[in-house]
Amino acid sequence: MQFLDFEKPIEDLYTQISKLKELSVKNQVDVSGSIKEMETAVEKARTDIYSNLTPWQRVQVSRHPERPYTLYYIEKIFTNFTELYGDRQVKDDKAMVAGMAELNGHPVMVMGQQKGINTKMRQMRNFGMANPEGYRKALRLMKLAEKFNRPIITFIDTPGAFPGLEAEERGQAEAIARNLFEMVNMKVPVICIIIGEGASGGALGIGVGDKVTMLENTWYTVISPESCSSILWRSWNFKEKAAEQLKLTSIDMSGFGLVDDVVPEPLGGAHANPELMAETLKEYLIESINELSKLTPDERINGRIEKFSKMGFFDEV
Amino acid sequence: MSSTWFRRSKQGILTSTKEKKETPDGLWHKCPECKATNTKQELSDNLYVCPHCGYHNRINAVEYFEILFDNNEYEELFTNIMPKDMLHFVDMKPYDSRLVDAQKATNLTDAMTVGVGNMNSQPIVIACMNFNFIGGSMGSVVGEKISRGIDYAIEHKLPFMIITKSGGARMMESAFSLMQMAKTAAKLTRLAKAGLPYISFMTDPTTGGVTASYAMLGDINIAEPNALIGFAGPRVIKETIKKDLPDGFQKSEFLLEHGFLDFIVNRKVLKIKLSQVVQWFVKDAAGAIASDLN
Repeated sequence: MQFLDFEKPIEDLYTQISKLKELSVKNQVDVSGSIKEMETAVEKARTDIYSNLTPWQRVQVSRHPERPYTLYYIEKIFTNFTELYGDRQVKDDKAMVAGMAELNGHPVMVMGQQKGINTKMRQMRNFGMANPEGYRKALRLMKLAEKFNRPIITFIDTPGAFPGLEAEERGQAEAIARNLFEMVNMKVPVICIIIGEGASGGALGIGVGDKVTMLENTWYTVISPESCSSILWRSWNFKEKAAEQLKLTSIDMSGFGLVDDVVPEPLGGAHANPELMAETLKEYLIESINELSKLTPDERINGRIEKFSKMGFFDEV
Repeated sequence: MSSTWFRRSKQGILTSTKEKKETPDGLWHKCPECKATNTKQELSDNLYVCPHCGYHNRINAVEYFEILFDNNEYEELFTNIMPKDMLHFVDMKPYDSRLVDAQKATNLTDAMTVGVGNMNSQPIVIACMNFNFIGGSMGSVVGEKISRGIDYAIEHKLPFMIITKSGGARMMESAFSLMQMAKTAAKLTRLAKAGLPYISFMTDPTTGGVTASYAMLGDINIAEPNALIGFAGPRVIKETIKKDLPDGFQKSEFLLEHGFLDFIVNRKVLKIKLSQVVQWFVKDAAGAIASDLN
């Protein structure tokens, strides 16, 4: 188990529990009573810490190395998943995965950015930073879903679209812009879930839907707190402050009406109980698709346009 | 000693401030590209294009409207929409005082000006960004003015054009600025359904969230010469790939070469070229084509 800096009290308790267990084996004493007590203490520490997370701590939770990624949710929530590759133009982008699957027997199209689970995989997945090919693969498969009237589910988890030389040559900006335009117009239900990091245009590039939903401990805004700090404060040292100022948490975002729903995470974050997280999310997806299926394609499209058109704050004098 | 001819024997500037000869401010302009000096009048007569090297100086809505609208006659729309600091965003300076300072310095309300008028007798709605207002950054006001500009174009059945000049999304409006990308794209689908043309005209610079939304969604995408156009800024890319970037990277000519622009247009022929293009879209072409032969 890996612990974040603010989870120190929990980590300490776990260390004590394992020491107790060692002792009990060595000295053949029954310590189950004390272990039970300490486990209660862990629960309490978790509740205390997780009910008062600062915005920056939530950013840390969203990046926890043990946090479930897109393919985990696909495996747990859906059946008969067949991964589909390639944008049919340049190549296959490993930072964006997609495929056909079934949700309780109903065919759907699923896709999302994928991060790696170890150093080698992280490189292979380009840290979840898609190139234009990733966005174009996503769009190709959304159109396939639309053609056969299958709902679309996207999982968003990216530190941003990749800022590379080839990405620019092949039109990163055009690829994202095109997706925004086309996603607004999709005839089928589109549900977008932010499962980790929702950074800027790279997130929005698969993030225009009838429902845009955040898991509790995720963040979604225009720039990462680190980059914001470096640009506005001209130093990397103000990331905590930037995270606060950006109001990037699920609570803020739903308060602003910029996301539709927030799905609660298990105590201690999605990584503390991934199975439970997947179960909760599955229920949410089923409910949402059932709700959206009652609308006509035109109602869904107009609903999307109206929803995004209302976003913004200004005075009219 | 000959060496003292070339050496400053006394340090610093010795002319007292009183005796300093003042050059009247704002009479001359030095080209940032070729360093040639022109009078401001010469420059504005030449549409702010350097007469020596053709460098296109950065200009804002007032100048573009003067270039494009017949006799500089147009109606500015949506002047009642004002920015506000709803998030109470504070970095090194509070956003609300940034807004006030920018408004004082530019005499603008925000980074977007929308005008409707005639361009070679063809009515058109033009939304133009102002780089001098917080780097032309896209916040709620920019998005709302585009949104209403599109509504206006649909209502009056007019062609629509956006002139982009922006560093990207306005961080001080956080996710609200991000959502302007989705908002403007959503409204452009309505313009498309109404069968009205949308021309995206990119000028130096067009980067970030602006490029990744309305700038790249034109029925035709055009740009001024040598404009920086990209998603990520060159500095970020350089830091990411840890390599020097090739000459001309992310310039208009590079984008044209890679297939992301329909053409590049020199400011001096901008109005006539745009008019031609708009005519192609709006001309009533029902009926048979007349033959040249009798």
